[in-house]
Amino acid sequence: MYKIVKKEKLHEVIHSIWIEAPEVASSIQPGQFIILMITEKGERVPLTVADFSREKGLIRIVFQIVGKTSEELSTLEEGDKLFSFIGPLGKKTEIKNYGKVITVGGGTGIACIHPITRALKEIGNEVTSIIGARNKELIIMEEEIRKVSSELIVTTDDGSYGRKGFVTQVLKEFLDKDKSINKVWTIGPPIMMKVTCEATKPYSVDTIVSLNSIMVDGTGMCGSCRVTIGGESKFVCTDGPEFDGQLVDWTEFMNRLSRYKGSEKKSWDLYHEHTHTCTYGRGAN
Amino acid sequence: MIPPKERIQREQIPMPEQEPNERIYNFKEVPLGYTQEQAIYEAQRCLQCKNAKCVPGCPAEINIPKFIEKIVEEDFTGAYLEILKTDDLPAMTGRVCPQEEQCQQVCILEKQGKPIAIGRLERFVADWARENNIHGKLPKVSKKEQKIAIVGSGPAGLTCAADLAKLGYEVTIFEALHQPGGVLVYGIPEFRLPKSIVEYEVKEIEKLGVKVITDFVVGTTKSVDKLTQEFDAIFLANGAGAPRFMNIPGENLNDVYSANEFLTRANLMKAYLFPKYDTPIKIGKRAATIGAGNVAMDSARTALRLGAEKSYIVYRRSRKEVPARLEEVHHAEEEGIIFNFLTLPVKVLGDDKGNVMGMECIKMKLGEPDDSGRRRPVPIPGSNFVIEVDMVIDAIGTSANPIVARSATGVEINQWGYFIIDDNTKATTKEGIFAGGDIVRGSATVISAVGDGKVAARAINEFLSSDKSLRKSK
Repeated sequence: MYKIVKKEKLHEVIHSIWIEAPEVASSIQPGQFIILMITEKGERVPLTVADFSREKGLIRIVFQIVGKTSEELSTLEEGDKLFSFIGPLGKKTEIKNYGKVITVGGGTGIACIHPITRALKEIGNEVTSIIGARNKELIIMEEEIRKVSSELIVTTDDGSYGRKGFVTQVLKEFLDKDKSINKVWTIGPPIMMKVTCEATKPYSVDTIVSLNSIMVDGTGMCGSCRVTIGGESKFVCTDGPEFDGQLVDWTEFMNRLSRYKGSEKKSWDLYHEHTHTCTYGRGAN
Repeated sequence: MIPPKERIQREQIPMPEQEPNERIYNFKEVPLGYTQEQAIYEAQRCLQCKNAKCVPGCPAEINIPKFIEKIVEEDFTGAYLEILKTDDLPAMTGRVCPQEEQCQQVCILEKQGKPIAIGRLERFVADWARENNIHGKLPKVSKKEQKIAIVGSGPAGLTCAADLAKLGYEVTIFEALHQPGGVLVYGIPEFRLPKSIVEYEVKEIEKLGVKVITDFVVGTTKSVDKLTQEFDAIFLANGAGAPRFMNIPGENLNDVYSANEFLTRANLMKAYLFPKYDTPIKIGKRAATIGAGNVAMDSARTALRLGAEKSYIVYRRSRKEVPARLEEVHHAEEEGIIFNFLTLPVKVLGDDKGNVMGMECIKMKLGEPDDSGRRRPVPIPGSNFVIEVDMVIDAIGTSANPIVARSATGVEINQWGYFIIDDNTKATTKEGIFAGGDIVRGSATVISAVGDGKVAARAINEFLSSDKSLRKSK
């Protein structure tokens, strides 16, 4: 169980893996997430799914190396197994025919909008996807997103590929010229989601974000993921992960994401020390 | 045989314990357990009453005088097998049962203030058996074809599973977390219930033929409705689950935890061993735990062991109303936990980065009795003050987690989200589905969950043994 059957390096720090998890694959829906543990001593990490295959019983996740656990995950090879893998968790995206919609993805958020975009298009929406990253190398899954969108716009901050600038600029242009856009999904780094919500606010178009809070169990038991939505405390794991972006208390959300910064750094440093020792320092002690 | 007069004269053997000034620096178990000599001496005090009141006082239905008699005879294997007839979690119940409210409360010697230390004897027997590699035997019964699903591997689920397996049924437990045990692994700290013991007793139950599937969230991985197509009966024992918060300003600051989160990080995820284990936890200098139940004591004592210089209990009522076991309060006080009674938190204070800087409280006084019969605490106007703390733990109880119930068509819940059941059979409003433990009672004790598991197992057996045509016409 939980065998990695396919692994791809999308970028030096962004990896994609397909995991064998038939029970999860049989019931997962766009927008939902899973929690995995690499080893018995590992953390429980929540990740929104990038794709799934019910027939093959597989779940795909795309992640960026941002700390010890994600780096360790990137070292696993095809055939390796995860210690734990649970899901589907959270509520599914409300997929229905809204008419014209836009999905915006930034960083690994590009992977998360993939199944949502596909489902929205399949049900008859005209879906424009806007994906963006700092530079060309960091743009992932471009062809896959293009395949499931009516139209795809790519932006890079440095102009090395596609349109130069931020996803929000392109989004605003669309909202300016087309008043019939009914809904926007935006998934990416917290600051990008926040800025996108600010961009759509004057147009009063529904803007859905997908929050990736710090979690432990992921089933509503611990409350680690709580976030204030429109003045009310909600659990991302069971009430979300998708929320009306205009109602999110972004300051609180980002503060809570930084809760374990010190520990996370310590853990990563130790991991590097250890892997360094293993590679170069055998017998040094 | 020791003459009854001498038995009555003897005093209860106190439990050897780790010294407070030592144990606050480690997560090792606090009570060390009786030695063989101590156990025999204590067991000899039992008067072997003809109509022993302790037996009906035990939700696990253990024949207490009988197993104690075996200890006197130094037949510890016999004592263990006697307990196992009805309780498959003896090392756990021996540790965490509130015996002073159950078997020991009705002990004839309780009148003289020195009841038989039944819990300690039970623990001794279970520990002895484990250390000496003594195992229970699967009773010889014919295998039955019917399959039973159990949702949740806490004390209710494990007990129900063990009882049904012993009757020959094919039992599968579904557990949402990566490790079986429920509250026994995520909630109760290592220093009260070592996790190796939980693991051991779960393995013993698996040896009875029970299949445990972890990483399976009934409700999302598969619905209860789907399970009804695959199983002949279902026992829902998924626990109360959702943490309650005070709903005061500042409660979403970075270092405000629910007791569930704090304890799950420390216990299940072993954050106290960070960075050897990857899950981090806040090491507060001054921690305030809100509430005064057993979970609050566990939280405050855990914070202390993690390195807090000051660990407070903040409780709105007075010492008299404290709901935790006396033993837990006593241990907490010995360890230097500071109790603030008649104190109600009104606001958690923080800086712009979300760090907790303090907690504003108001002093309370006791007024007229409320619905619970306890005197209602009333705020004293103008008595606000600030406790300097850098972390807060909410330990004010739990409420029903709706995930399982949402996926169970026809299984009715009450206004608080708990399953509605027939008390005698634990049957829910849907035929073939039973429920017990905290998802029926709200936050209760391990032993009441064990009791529910036993009652449900019996009812499920009766249900499955009854004529199928009769069942359908019902």
